[in-house]
Amino acid sequence: MDSLEGNQVVVKLRATFPDSIIEVKEFRGDITVTIKKEDLLAIMQFLRDDEELRFNYLVSISGVDYLKMEGVEMRFALIYHLCSFKNSRRLAIKTFVPEDSLEIDSVYPLWKTADWQEREIYDLFGISFKGHPALKRIFLPQDFEGHPLRKDYPLEGRGERSRFDYNER
Amino acid sequence: MADEVKETPTERMVLNFGPSHPATHGVFRNILELDGERILDVEVEIGFLHSGFEKLGENRSYNQFIPIADRMNYVSPLNNDIGYVLAVEKLLGIKVPPRCQYIRVIMCELNRIADHLVSIGMHAVDIGAMTVFLYAFKQREIIYDILEFVTGSRMNNCYPRVGGLVADVPEGFEEKVTDFADHFLPTVDDMDRLLTRNRIWVDRNKGIGAISAEESISWGLSGPILRAAGVERDIRKDEPYSSYDHFDFEIPVGTRGDSYDRYLVRMEEMRQSNRIIQQAIANLPGGEINVDDPKIILPPKDRVYHTIEGLIHHFKLIMEEHGFQPPKGEIYLATEVPNGELGFFIISDGTNKPYRIHVRAPSFINYSVFPQLVKGHMISDVVAIISSLNIIAGELDR
Repeated sequence: MDSLEGNQVVVKLRATFPDSIIEVKEFRGDITVTIKKEDLLAIMQFLRDDEELRFNYLVSISGVDYLKMEGVEMRFALIYHLCSFKNSRRLAIKTFVPEDSLEIDSVYPLWKTADWQEREIYDLFGISFKGHPALKRIFLPQDFEGHPLRKDYPLEGRGERSRFDYNER
Repeated sequence: MADEVKETPTERMVLNFGPSHPATHGVFRNILELDGERILDVEVEIGFLHSGFEKLGENRSYNQFIPIADRMNYVSPLNNDIGYVLAVEKLLGIKVPPRCQYIRVIMCELNRIADHLVSIGMHAVDIGAMTVFLYAFKQREIIYDILEFVTGSRMNNCYPRVGGLVADVPEGFEEKVTDFADHFLPTVDDMDRLLTRNRIWVDRNKGIGAISAEESISWGLSGPILRAAGVERDIRKDEPYSSYDHFDFEIPVGTRGDSYDRYLVRMEEMRQSNRIIQQAIANLPGGEINVDDPKIILPPKDRVYHTIEGLIHHFKLIMEEHGFQPPKGEIYLATEVPNGELGFFIISDGTNKPYRIHVRAPSFINYSVFPQLVKGHMISDVVAIISSLNIIAGELDR
């Protein structure tokens, strides 16, 4: 636990955003910082632009549905994996999205790679991103119903489609 | 007269490039908006091969995901497999013996060379140079023979297992790999002579699909595309896994970030991979290939048939709802595959199946920049740019 509390990233984050950090966890050397949803953009901007930390690279955004996981209060979470080329260091930022308002700020203004990754999460989990330039499904047809990576979506799907309409664009 | 020319109405044309087009090497669709031959706008439609790999992963035990991982990128399956098992090993907190690490490195680098050969060969074919493709595929065939010799299959090898390998390399492996490594470089030189200063190749690639270093980072690009833009970043060097820190190799970096630099970076990477293979073969350690833990690794068959412990261990690993159960937790592990950073984000809920697997697929993220790269270029450049990005549709759609 000592190494985690003395960690430069964690110390800096706690000092700058004392009210936004909910939890800091370390597992197998991966540090995950859980933050409040409202402060996502501010924290991301800080992590990206801070001279020492320089988390300049958004590696990936993963959506998770914790429906069937015991001991997790909120159902949906997003995990942003960041990487700093300068310090060769990684960090995961986690934020929960309440089920009654499945919306969160898009990080597209900070990293363009968020474009497709957020569309993927919108497609497969049904979480919307405020400020995304063109939020629409990316893998599945636009008129597909449901979000397959949710835990209550059956593995076999919900039957086959009876027809495929060609939509004139 | 001049005014009349100005007012000539030019009609914009919409052209479908794909979903099934020989130059896309996979199923995806680009809707190009053209003014004559110039591309004004492009809309990308993907998802034709979406098979829900991540959802499948949540319903299978950890080892059962390996065949799915190698079907994601069918051009370099071993790199995907090894990336995945390394992630699960991180979750379990185990480290495989040195011999296994070295064999994994050799297999990864052989597959990396094969991937780059396909990439450059197909790139050349798309632009009209058939010869290079034949040179490249001859060497790729030798690599595939070695892979078949070791793993039993040419593609989708499914060779590593969590905690080790399915089997040790067969007798004669060292000789075959050494033979390949000693005779491979002349082919790279041949390709080099055929392409690098070839007027047509240079004209078709230099300055095409260029992207700056800052933009590349913002778009999350990785692998040869990022390095071609001048960013010295290779996970094998920056966060060494599987004993990559034991080997002496260099990371080639480009300056312009265009198709031509991507080609040069891939060419040099093949030479460096060859160096790694030679070092790994020369220093291949002996000893075990699997971790010594019967709760993770299947016991040898004679122990299963002749001892009660062997039978129990076998049963506990194979039967439904059994198998090893990693502790609760969330990990992310990235490896350097031929296309860039392949990452596996795995959440374990303490059972024998992953609660969630998210794959950070390099092709998916590298391809998102495509619309920006082609805008303003000619329609024939679309082909060159797609080839230089080396998009694998299986990984793109997952």
